[in-house]
Amino acid sequence: MNPNLTNPRADEVDAILKRVPFAQTLGMRCEIMGDEMTAILPFQEKLIGNVNIRALHGGAIASFLELTAMLQVFLISDMPRPPRPINITIDYLRQGHAKDLYARAFVMKMGRRMASVRAEAWQENRADPVSAIVAHFMVAQD
Amino acid sequence: MTDDKNNPDRIAAVMREHVGLMNSVVPWGNEIGFEVTQVERGHVWGRQPWSEKLVGDPDTGVIHGGVITTFLDNLSGMACTAAMTRLRFVATIDLRIDYMRPAEKGLDIIGEAECYRVTKSVCFTRAWAYHGTRDKLIATSAGTFAINKPRFDGGKKDA
Repeated sequence: MNPNLTNPRADEVDAILKRVPFAQTLGMRCEIMGDEMTAILPFQEKLIGNVNIRALHGGAIASFLELTAMLQVFLISDMPRPPRPINITIDYLRQGHAKDLYARAFVMKMGRRMASVRAEAWQENRADPVSAIVAHFMVAQD
Repeated sequence: MTDDKNNPDRIAAVMREHVGLMNSVVPWGNEIGFEVTQVERGHVWGRQPWSEKLVGDPDTGVIHGGVITTFLDNLSGMACTAAMTRLRFVATIDLRIDYMRPAEKGLDIIGEAECYRVTKSVCFTRAWAYHGTRDKLIATSAGTFAINKPRFDGGKKDA
């Protein structure tokens, strides 16, 4: 499904998305070029949190961003499995409209035991993010 | 009923009465499948059942962290509304989740959220997710919520 599979880890990211039930429930997918990954959450009615203003649920956005951050760590590492989350902090910056949502994650620090990641989700304009998270993951193999 | 307006537990009582309705009108809440079980002033409890489609790690059957985030975010927002003396809804400004241990496959997760401070425009919350009792914590959270001013107020500005 990926337009470019020159990164062998890209296949594995796809496999994880297909194998993880919650990723399927959310309905997200990823496009990968080299080490650059864009996650896409196509709009679906079930993602709505407020029916009156037709806004996406903050929990759906947070879940999407957490998965994006986790998969980005996996993509640039040689870990056999996706990393375990330690904590996440999410900022809700603007309302998520009833439209597709995109996200990119940036691994700020990849240590031997922990990774620190920032991820942002946007809709029409990448410079106006809907939400952003900072997440820490355990990357130590045990 | 006339002095009911001055009862600080009025909003919590109204919310208790309409818990079923509040549960049913949120599509993403329905998808995740949690329910609110108890509402007191500034304090809300809920239950998140385990389900195959919520699994984040297919090898262990552990529920994905995003489910817990959704659950605690929702309960925290409701705790804010339940803490107020007039009906006001809130929007999450930020939420921090700390994962203590993975939730166990097949077990219900209990959620508890408390709004411990209400200012003119912001509420502060803490929340817990656990199995059975609070000494078996799965995750904790700290949140801040913006209080939405009512949009339709008969043209009058809200103080």
